[in-house]
Amino acid sequence: MTALLPVLLLMSSLIPSVITFFVAQDSYRVRNSLSLGGAIVKVVLIVLMLFAVADGAYYETEFPLAPGLVLLLRIDALALLFISLSAILWLLTTIYAITYLGTKPNLSRFFGFFSLCVAATTGLALSGSLISFFIFFELLTLSTWPLVAHKQNEASLSAARRYLLYAMPSSAALLWAIVWLESTTGPVLFTEYTDMGALDPMSQRAIFALFIFGLGMKAALVPLHGWLPTAMAAPAPVSALLHAVAVVKAGAFGIVRVVSDVFGMERVTALGVGVPLAVLASVTILWGSFRALQQQEIKKRLAFSTVSQVSYIILGVALASPLAMIGGRAHLVHQGLMKITLFFCAGIYDERADVRRIDGLNGLGPRMPWTSLCFSLGALGMIGLPPLAGFISKIYLGLGGLEAGAPWVLGVLAASTLLNAAYFLPMIYRLWILPAADDAKGDERSPGLVIPAVIAALAALGAGGLAASAFSPLGWATLIVMGE
Amino acid sequence: MSALVILLALPLLGAMAAVALPPRAGRLAALFAVAGSTAAALWLTVQVAAQGVIRLELGGWAPPLGIALEVDGLAATMICMAALVVLCVALVALPIMAPDKAGARAAFGFWPLMLMLWAALNSVFVSRDLFNLYVGLELLSLAAVALVAIGGKPAAITAAIRYLFFALAGSLLYLAGVVLIYAAHGTLDIGLLARRVAAPTDPLALALMTAGLMAKTALFPFHVWLPPAHAGAPAPASAMLSALVPKASFVILLRLWFEAMPELATETALLIIALLGTGAVFWGSLRAMAQSRLKLIVAYSTVAQIGYLFVAFPLAGEGSTGVPWAAGAWNGAVFLAISHGLAKSAMFLAAGQWMMVTSSDRLDDLRGMAQAMPMTAFAFALSAVTLTGLPPSGGFTGKYLVMTAAFASGQWGWALVMAAGGLLAVAYLYRPLALIFTPGDVARGILPSRAWQAVPLLLAGASVLLGLASAPPFDLLAIGRPGAAEDGL
Repeated sequence: MTALLPVLLLMSSLIPSVITFFVAQDSYRVRNSLSLGGAIVKVVLIVLMLFAVADGAYYETEFPLAPGLVLLLRIDALALLFISLSAILWLLTTIYAITYLGTKPNLSRFFGFFSLCVAATTGLALSGSLISFFIFFELLTLSTWPLVAHKQNEASLSAARRYLLYAMPSSAALLWAIVWLESTTGPVLFTEYTDMGALDPMSQRAIFALFIFGLGMKAALVPLHGWLPTAMAAPAPVSALLHAVAVVKAGAFGIVRVVSDVFGMERVTALGVGVPLAVLASVTILWGSFRALQQQEIKKRLAFSTVSQVSYIILGVALASPLAMIGGRAHLVHQGLMKITLFFCAGIYDERADVRRIDGLNGLGPRMPWTSLCFSLGALGMIGLPPLAGFISKIYLGLGGLEAGAPWVLGVLAASTLLNAAYFLPMIYRLWILPAADDAKGDERSPGLVIPAVIAALAALGAGGLAASAFSPLGWATLIVMGE
Repeated sequence: MSALVILLALPLLGAMAAVALPPRAGRLAALFAVAGSTAAALWLTVQVAAQGVIRLELGGWAPPLGIALEVDGLAATMICMAALVVLCVALVALPIMAPDKAGARAAFGFWPLMLMLWAALNSVFVSRDLFNLYVGLELLSLAAVALVAIGGKPAAITAAIRYLFFALAGSLLYLAGVVLIYAAHGTLDIGLLARRVAAPTDPLALALMTAGLMAKTALFPFHVWLPPAHAGAPAPASAMLSALVPKASFVILLRLWFEAMPELATETALLIIALLGTGAVFWGSLRAMAQSRLKLIVAYSTVAQIGYLFVAFPLAGEGSTGVPWAAGAWNGAVFLAISHGLAKSAMFLAAGQWMMVTSSDRLDDLRGMAQAMPMTAFAFALSAVTLTGLPPSGGFTGKYLVMTAAFASGQWGWALVMAAGGLLAVAYLYRPLALIFTPGDVARGILPSRAWQAVPLLLAGASVLLGLASAPPFDLLAIGRPGAAEDGL
């Protein structure tokens, strides 16, 4: 039974996905039950496992691909952190997407790929070896492409093209890195020490750089971030999922795995590649915030904010001190919760009030109180206002920077906080203080859209407020780092 | 053993029946032969997996007096792949090659030619005698050329004549090599040749046979006949021509180099073979990008994909101490060949289904196909995944094995070719894929049934499944695998 758990987790989204493709367009009930059913089953499975894994248990299943080469699915604490995030956010996004898309065309294709995308994310989280990780990483690329192109208009098709244009070379680089490494070490398992003795330090550095190039594109590291803002042409639920849990997180999660489980902290320090990575992450943090400031569209501004925020995770990993690593892993969840709240709200403004630009937000607060409250909570969390989730991440990253002997990190964090405030506070100001335009519309009579946003906002609030609890993202991240 | 006899005889009997009987009954007989032989192919594969190599000495005469047929893992894998492809081609061809659609001549000729081609293929896969292989190849080429010409359009006839010229030239070269071998050793059995006393004419003989087989495999620069021929034939015929026919001569090349004469593989020879493969990968891909008709893109993609198979030659077995699996590159090449066969036939069948609706394969006429025929579009997309070598797919497994072998033996330049080939494949397959996803008006109401659309999807799905469940074919390939595949050339 326990060996089956990883497979069940994967199947809980894979099976609904495959069936959904064959559901007729007007069988709404069948399709919705499939999507929601899969999401609920997955959450239940995860809750079952949480307590066992907290006690140090792990579950493992392997399929032979070729003699010596296995597809290894393994549930450890880090996998469970990522997987719980994806499961909860998937459930919320499914509810949101069902309402958002209503009776628009091509629903079966959409929800089929939507579930496939989550299956790929689950597989990524569960991967216990590099080759399994790569397989699911590419499955994710392929299943998100039709979602980005979903509206099939000029903008979304060109966004999808751009996405592949970035994704394919980076995937080649990633494969190159994996093959180069594994040709000397044999298949790399995350749980086992990788003996890189056969490679000289320069080759090891080159492999590391290829890994960062391959994974950094999905994590939207500058200068590989260009696809992310254009991918906003996708429907709002897709943007929400892309930014909070699926694609950018897959990249960040991959970097966490490579740094801590493939190379290991000592080797990263010995090779001297940690500091360049931290610098790259810092540049991304500042550049993303700076570009966000220049945007006049809500979704574009949120997109550049993602570019910036995801690099907090990478910064935490690159600094390599325990506190920074805790902060980075906790931010994996924190950023997901806050960003999905913001994207849900942006979708509601678009759908219910026809507002896409920032100057259209004037006076929407009193008209759409729930949405605006959630949006404000998410924004304040991103800025890092205590006791919201973003504050916890930043304080741990800052302390971690000091611990790692890199006090300049404090400067980066402070500058980024100021920039965050500079682009989020005016939006809050417009929502609540400025008067509405005379012809402004806007109502919230759409519980399917508002309730997921409220739950996500509450979760972000809880993750910060209850950070001391063992099952908060911070508590869990501490467990992971202590276990390593 | 009886399964092997059925597999060789039943397609030929079916072909004769399809010629002799009235059209409807003939078609029925052909379908019966397809079903029976497919079952035999599956049964044969199961038998090989269970009890190892199956050997049949015709008339009880052992070589060098008689001729031996042998089903090893390689042959069983190829037979199994071919059977799946032919079955699907037959199902898709039923409406496409109906007399009112394809014309009476094509509808009449297609079935016997298809079965003849299949019988020839099977005989090539299992033959151990060089002359017997020659006969099989000739039969194969004649059936293939006729399938190109069957449409009757002037362009198709020209393409067929060009194909015939290359095929005959290839046969002559091959035959010249066979003559030299026979003169020197008095036997043509591959197993006996492996234990021969070396003769001074052997390198020349091997070079002649290799050149001839390369022309038949359409390896760059002998590929010029392939694109017009494969694009000009009716789509179900193209599916077989592209997916199966080049694999026959490729299998013979594998047997010659890895079984009969591995000691003749000098560094220079291997370098030339792999360089030609590299040329094929780049030239085929670049030409594919420049095409504006779907079938030509798919045909040039075959030129590029065949290149991969030859890049693996200098890598096979090398450095097997460095990788945890034996015969990495050899297995990788066979995996690439099989998954290409499955994916390429799915692509041509998808193209054929679209052409039933639009009667054109110009890219611009494909707009809106993802909406009109979603299952076919999905099949095309899955095949594209295999051809670009993205996981999970058989194409990826093969590519991974070849690339690892390249790194492990310190020849990472060949790995670069594989990686570049993948990126180029994305580039030339993206255009048709993006266009079928663009909205457009496709005449509704005449759309084919979903079950029929599912046939190419079956093939494409199989090519993807090969990457997820690659252990069983891997084990199968290990049966009777030549030592040179593991130790390197």
